[in-house]
Amino acid sequence: MMTFILRRTGSLVLLLAAVSFITFTLFQLGPSDPAAAACGQECTPERVAEARVALGMDQPFLVQYIDYIRGFFSSRMIGAPGAQTLCEWPCLGKSFQTNENVADIIGRSLPYTFSMAIGALVLWTITGVGLGLLAALRKGTPVDKFIVGAASVGVSLPIPVTGLFLLLLFVNQLHLLPFTTNEINSPFGPQGPGAWVANYLLPWIALAVLFSASYIRVTRTNMIETFGEDFIRTARAKGLAPRTVTFKHGVRAGITPVVTMLGMDIGLLLGGAVLTEQIFSVPGLGFTAVHAAISGDLPVTMAITMLAAFFVIVANVAVDLAYAAIDPRVRLQ
Amino acid sequence: MTQLQTNTASATAGSTATAAFLEVRGLTVKFPTDDGVVSAVNGMDFALDRGQTLGIVGESGSGKSVTSQALMGLLKGTSAQVTGQAVFQGKDLVTLPESAMRQLRGRNIGMIFQDPLSALHPFYTVGHQIAEAYLVHNKASKKQARAAAVDMLGRVGIPSPEQRYDEYPHHFSGGMRQRAMIAMALICEPELLIADEPTTALDVTVQAQILDLMSELQEETNSALILITHDLGVVAEVCDDVLVMYGGQCVESGPVDNIFYDTQHPYTLGLLNSMPTLNSAAGQLNPIPGQPPSLLDLPRGCIFSARCQYAELVGDGVCASQRPEPRVDDGHGKRCHLSGPQIVTIRNSR
Repeated sequence: MMTFILRRTGSLVLLLAAVSFITFTLFQLGPSDPAAAACGQECTPERVAEARVALGMDQPFLVQYIDYIRGFFSSRMIGAPGAQTLCEWPCLGKSFQTNENVADIIGRSLPYTFSMAIGALVLWTITGVGLGLLAALRKGTPVDKFIVGAASVGVSLPIPVTGLFLLLLFVNQLHLLPFTTNEINSPFGPQGPGAWVANYLLPWIALAVLFSASYIRVTRTNMIETFGEDFIRTARAKGLAPRTVTFKHGVRAGITPVVTMLGMDIGLLLGGAVLTEQIFSVPGLGFTAVHAAISGDLPVTMAITMLAAFFVIVANVAVDLAYAAIDPRVRLQ
Repeated sequence: MTQLQTNTASATAGSTATAAFLEVRGLTVKFPTDDGVVSAVNGMDFALDRGQTLGIVGESGSGKSVTSQALMGLLKGTSAQVTGQAVFQGKDLVTLPESAMRQLRGRNIGMIFQDPLSALHPFYTVGHQIAEAYLVHNKASKKQARAAAVDMLGRVGIPSPEQRYDEYPHHFSGGMRQRAMIAMALICEPELLIADEPTTALDVTVQAQILDLMSELQEETNSALILITHDLGVVAEVCDDVLVMYGGQCVESGPVDNIFYDTQHPYTLGLLNSMPTLNSAAGQLNPIPGQPPSLLDLPRGCIFSARCQYAELVGDGVCASQRPEPRVDDGHGKRCHLSGPQIVTIRNSR
C-alpha cells in the first residue's frame, strides 16, 4: 500500500512538471503579448517594454520557468527591479491583468466550481445508474426502449442548447428559478442550502442531461452482461430474494466501469466546466480560465491548467483505490 | 425407478398412486426466438426416489442443462415456456409461483454448476457465499452461519476451513472451488441435489475425488441426486439409473447396468462406441456420423433417424415419418422402431 501511494505521488509530481512546462512553452510560442495587454490601450513602445520587465518577461524562457516553479516551494519577490512585491507561498505568480495573487483568484473560483460539480455529479450518477439499471432489468420492453432513446437524445444535446433552453423556460418564462448569481457559492452560506440548490439547479440539470446519457448506456450494457453471468444463476439457485440478487450480486459486479467513468468525469469537471460556467455566468475555474487565456494572463492560465491536471490525476488514483475496494482480485498485496 | 412413459398413459393407468419423491411427466421447454421456436426439451418423463442417483447423459444441446434449470425454476422470468409436470414432494415445480419456488431453492433443492470459477461470485469470500446460502433459509445469526459454513467447508474436505472461509474464489484451486460449490449447495441439506456437469471443468484426478465426495455426502443425507453429464465413465461410476437424451427427448432410460450391457437404442450404442478404450483399434475414435437435428425444426419421424445406420432395417421409411412411441420393458424404456431381436443382432455384430 505504501509503495503504491509513493509511486502514484511520484508520477503525480512528474506529470505536473510536464503539464506546467508544456503550458509555459505553449504560452511563449503563442501570438498574444501579455505585456501589451497589461499595459492597456494606446501604449507607447517604451511603456510596453517597462511592462515586459515588470512581468518578468524580459528574462530568458528557462529563467522565467524556474522562477515560477520556485514559487511552489517558497515565497518570492515579483516585479520590476526596484518595484518588487512579495508573493507569499504558495506563490502561483500574480495576475498580469489585476496584479492579484493567483492563489487568491483560484481560491475565490474554486467554491463555484465545486458547487456546480458536486450537485451535477450526484444528479447524473443517480439518474444515469438508476435508469441504466432499470433499462437492464426491463431489457427489451418499452421502458427499456424509451430510456435508451432518451439517452441517445440526451447525449446529442450540447450544453449551450440545454443550458439556454433551461434558462429560457424556467427563468425567463415560468419564473420558477432565479437567474444564477455569484453571491452564492456554498450551501453553508448566509442564504442557506435552499438558495444554493435553486441557484445551481439549472447548471446541474444541463450537465446531468449530457453526462447521464453515457452513464445510462454503460450501466445498461454492463448490467445486462452481469445478469447473464453464472454467479447470478448461483445466487438465484441459493434461493436469494430478487433484490439481493440484483443489488448485492449484480450491481456490485457490474458497476466497476461506471466507477472508472465517474472518476474521470469528476477530475474533468473539477478542472472547470468551461461551457456551462459561461452560459450560466458562474465565475468558477472554467470561466476564469477562459478569460485569463483570452487576455494573455499567463500565471492564471498556468495555475488553472495545472490544477485541472492535478484533479484528473488524483481522480485516477481514487478510481484505482475504489477498484481495489470493490474487486478483491485487484486488491494490493 | 426411472421410467419412460407417456404422460397420458401413466396418468390414466394411475401408476402415480405411489407418489414418487420426484416425478417428471411431459416436461417441455420451448424458447421463442426471432428465428422461430426452439424446442429444447420435448416431453421428458422420469421419476426419482431419495437416496438414488439418476444420470442424464447426452451431447451438447440435447437439453440436459435446460431440464435441470426448468426443475430449479431458474427459467421463470425468462422467455422460456415450460409445460408439463414436475412433482416434487407434492408440489408441481412447473406451476409453482416464483416466491414459493425461492423457498425450495437452496433449502430443498440444491444445485452444483459446471464451472465453479464463474459460478462463484468473484467479489465475495467463499465463506461469505456459503454462509449467505445458510442465512436465507435459516433463522440464524451471522456467527452461527459462519460456524455452519466453516463446518461444511470441513465436511467437503477443505483443509483449515476457518482460514479458507475468508479467502476469495480466486485463491482456490479448481477442485477446491468445486468443493466450495458443493458445500454451498449442501449447507441446507437439500433432499434433491442437481449437479450440472460438476466435473467437466476439472482435472481428471480431481474428478474422481469430487464424485466420491458427492456420493459420500449423498449417502450421509440420503438425498436424491440428478447428475447431468456427457461423461459415460462418470455415469457408470455413480449412477443407479440413466436417462439418455437426444434432441430434447429421452431416447433410452433404465438401470445403469441395462443401459451399458443391454443397450436398446442405436444412439446409446453410438455413444458407447464413441468412447475411446485402451484396446480400441489403431487409436481411431468412432464418432456418430452427422449432426444433431436443429431444435428449431425437429424431424417428423424419429429424431435420431437422420443419423441412424439401422433405419433401413425397419423399412418403408417408417423411421423418417413416424415418431416412435416410448416402449417400456421391465423398467428399461426406449423410443425406437427397431424390435428387440433386431437390436440384439446389431449389438452382437459390433
